[in-house]
Amino acid sequence: MAHGPAKGVTRWLFTTNHKDIGTLYLWFSFAMFILGGFFAMVIRAELFEPGMQLVRPEFFNQMTTMHGLVMVFGAIMPSFVGLANWMIPMMIGAPDMALPRMNNLSFWILPPAFLMLASTLFMEAGAPNFGWTFYAPLSTTYAPETVNYFIFAVHIMGASSIMGSINIVATVLNMRAPGMTMMKMPLFVWTWLITAFLLIAVMPVLAGAVTMMLMDINFGTAFFEAAGGGDPVLFQHIFWFFGHPEVYIIILPAFGVISEIIPTFSRKPLFGYASMVYATSAIAFLSFIVWAHHMFLVGMPVSGELYFMYATMLIAVPTGVKVFNWVSTMFRGAISYETPMLFAIAFVILFTLGGFTGLMLAIAPSDIQYHDTYFVVAHFHYVMVAGAVFSMSAAVYYWLPKWTGRMYNEAMGKLHFWISFIGFNITFFPQHFLGLGGMPRRYADYALQFADWNMVSSIGAFIYGASQILFLYNVIATIVAGKKVSEPKTWDGANGLEWSLPTPPPYHTFTTPPDASVIEENSTVAH
Amino acid sequence: MLRKALRLFSLTFLALAGMHVHAAEQEVSSTTVLNMPTGVSTISHQIYDLHMLIFWVCVVIGIGVFGAMLWAMYFHRKSIGHEAENWHEHLGVELVWTIVPIFILVAMAWPATTTLIEIYDTSDAEIDIRVTGSQWKWQYEYMGEGVQFLSQLASSQDEIYNLDEKGEFYLQEVDNPLVIPVDTKVRFLLSATDVIHSFWVPDFAIKKDAIPGYITETWVEVTETGVYRGSCTELCGQGHAFMPVVFNVVEKDEYEFWLAEKIQEAEAIAALTEQTFTMEELMARGEEAYLTSCALCHQANGQGVPPAFPSLVGSAVVTGPIDAHLEVGVNGVPGTVMQAFGNLLNEVDLAAIMTYQRNAWGNDMGDIVQPIDVYNYKQGQ
Repeated sequence: MAHGPAKGVTRWLFTTNHKDIGTLYLWFSFAMFILGGFFAMVIRAELFEPGMQLVRPEFFNQMTTMHGLVMVFGAIMPSFVGLANWMIPMMIGAPDMALPRMNNLSFWILPPAFLMLASTLFMEAGAPNFGWTFYAPLSTTYAPETVNYFIFAVHIMGASSIMGSINIVATVLNMRAPGMTMMKMPLFVWTWLITAFLLIAVMPVLAGAVTMMLMDINFGTAFFEAAGGGDPVLFQHIFWFFGHPEVYIIILPAFGVISEIIPTFSRKPLFGYASMVYATSAIAFLSFIVWAHHMFLVGMPVSGELYFMYATMLIAVPTGVKVFNWVSTMFRGAISYETPMLFAIAFVILFTLGGFTGLMLAIAPSDIQYHDTYFVVAHFHYVMVAGAVFSMSAAVYYWLPKWTGRMYNEAMGKLHFWISFIGFNITFFPQHFLGLGGMPRRYADYALQFADWNMVSSIGAFIYGASQILFLYNVIATIVAGKKVSEPKTWDGANGLEWSLPTPPPYHTFTTPPDASVIEENSTVAH
Repeated sequence: MLRKALRLFSLTFLALAGMHVHAAEQEVSSTTVLNMPTGVSTISHQIYDLHMLIFWVCVVIGIGVFGAMLWAMYFHRKSIGHEAENWHEHLGVELVWTIVPIFILVAMAWPATTTLIEIYDTSDAEIDIRVTGSQWKWQYEYMGEGVQFLSQLASSQDEIYNLDEKGEFYLQEVDNPLVIPVDTKVRFLLSATDVIHSFWVPDFAIKKDAIPGYITETWVEVTETGVYRGSCTELCGQGHAFMPVVFNVVEKDEYEFWLAEKIQEAEAIAALTEQTFTMEELMARGEEAYLTSCALCHQANGQGVPPAFPSLVGSAVVTGPIDAHLEVGVNGVPGTVMQAFGNLLNEVDLAAIMTYQRNAWGNDMGDIVQPIDVYNYKQGQ
């Protein structure tokens, strides 16, 4: 009964195999990462010096918008779905995802959505230019007509995310091997379960927001048009009710990845497993009740403003717990510094820096000075790039030998890490100074006192961008000609059911559930 | 290049040496930026202190967390033979690091709350200024004084496109700055005509969204005279970076003098509206007004950037009947970025711009739009 994949392109088009679909997601997201990165390079090149050199302000706005949309919806979110597809069945002892055909569909509707979004760049009216937060009425009455392509693309991405999430919830709740109780699941599975619930809750809200836009633009309604009795601020409330959980959707799976990697290379069990689960749940809950901290300047009543400030500050508590737990896991371990660990450590340090600036931004009076400046840009790139993207790099290096049965080039991996780490900080650390000094975000051009740091930032961006070519090369070289490895455990300190499987794992794994003793022996949860 | 590199290096070094070092701040302030300005308003100092308080709290926590981490990274390495221990839980410390942060947060929230409540108190303002954001300029109205004017970027297109050397206040200079008196509570009522804008002056620590169909408010009491520069901080289209805010804060008597002058000017414009102009006068005034109010979209040569900004050369509107041209100029084109300029420009400038458009770039219509025509058109609606 055990059989391999189909031959040729049909293997990928019609596949229902979680590993193949995971691979498709990962390659797709990397392609989007390169595309979004290219947009970022255009932005940084234009901002290298004051004055307009390369593009017109109109096109610059298209670049910032497309960069945000492609990175959030095309690169980061699908990359973690790909990781979930690959790892969750292997981690809980399941043969595959619960809903394999839907799994195929949820991937294959993504490329057309992004093709449609990217095609607007070649249309006469130009690509969407209203920022990835697409505030009305800039995105409705004043939008280029390509906004309709954007709305359709967002609908499809949302459908894809919802299907992917339902699949993950169904798999985690129903397909665990006997003996794999909830509180024995690896933390990556836990964080993804919680993330999936967040996605199911908020993607329909985003769909509602873009549908109202569609109606306003094409069918004469006035949801967001004050002149017709609507309300532009309503748009922001709806958007951020989606948007704030969205940022946790991006970062929670990253927490999961880091919680797998740090114990492995510290050779010590994860500190406070249970409190990690509770902290993740607390963060998920809080994410629903803090959305208006993105809107401190719209003229809310002072009581509302105070409530959102207090609620937002509370997030520091569970987030702090996670950071303290990671540091305690490392403490008195036996630490070694392979590439995944380097990325994981950088994650903890840089994500914590992003957390500090997040706390500063939560303080409503100070936010008056930070709001919509480069301070915010620096903040969210510290949590999105050094958070989500670094954790993805860590995950790829960590599991690539397991996936392919070939070892990556460690020296090149470390080189990739150091160039990324240095390039990232040169790019984004000076942006704190720019923001505090008064440079607003989404500016195509700036005053002369911002020239120095912008030049530094652009140089850093080119370094960080170039380092990803090294990453791509290393991954391809590993798949094609990496040194073969066959022992089940790539890393001596690793725990988890995935490491009980042969390397590389067969096309179908756990066609019968693993024994309770195997689960116990490989458990990531300390006993 | 080398000197530039050295300067960048020293900047980086100064940044690392501490955001708080006043000497360093002084030295680099003319060339670059590092930290939030302490500002010149009653509120800006409080916000700066709050900012530094949270910053130092974060620094202390950071030293603790990263210190422990670096300690482990160095002393608990496998390569020096450190053996891993197996503990993985401790209720005591877990409770401590859950509960202690809550107290730290309360200590931060306290001053933040008092400051915020003060910021929201817009009562007892001596002067009310209505601020209206439009793509891509600000309109200011001194309420109850009959004084209103537009404030637009003064840096030239040539400076932006690197055809001319950039001035000291590149992108932070305007034709008509706001003038307010020192030591006086001034309230701003903000709104917008098209998309959302945001009104920011860092030295005053005021920033508030200007939202179409809404009125939001904020206030400032400035304690030092001088020129202060700010910007629009909500993405509002292609001219987002090109609509600065500039304040001229002056002594109270100087303000009174300025206001009286402005009131006189407004009366003079009203008188001009009744006057008849020659073609040459209107063409000269029209070209100037066109370059400040129209050229950002329709371009100096009138050719626009189709399809968003149509060309005016030989266009059906500009070379058609005057009434249709007036309709577009005064009321704009709903649903597009073409604004209603009837409320943004005075009759004289509108008439001059339309005359210029009808006769420049080879349009050669040969007809004249007089201010009184604009006035009558607006009245007749």
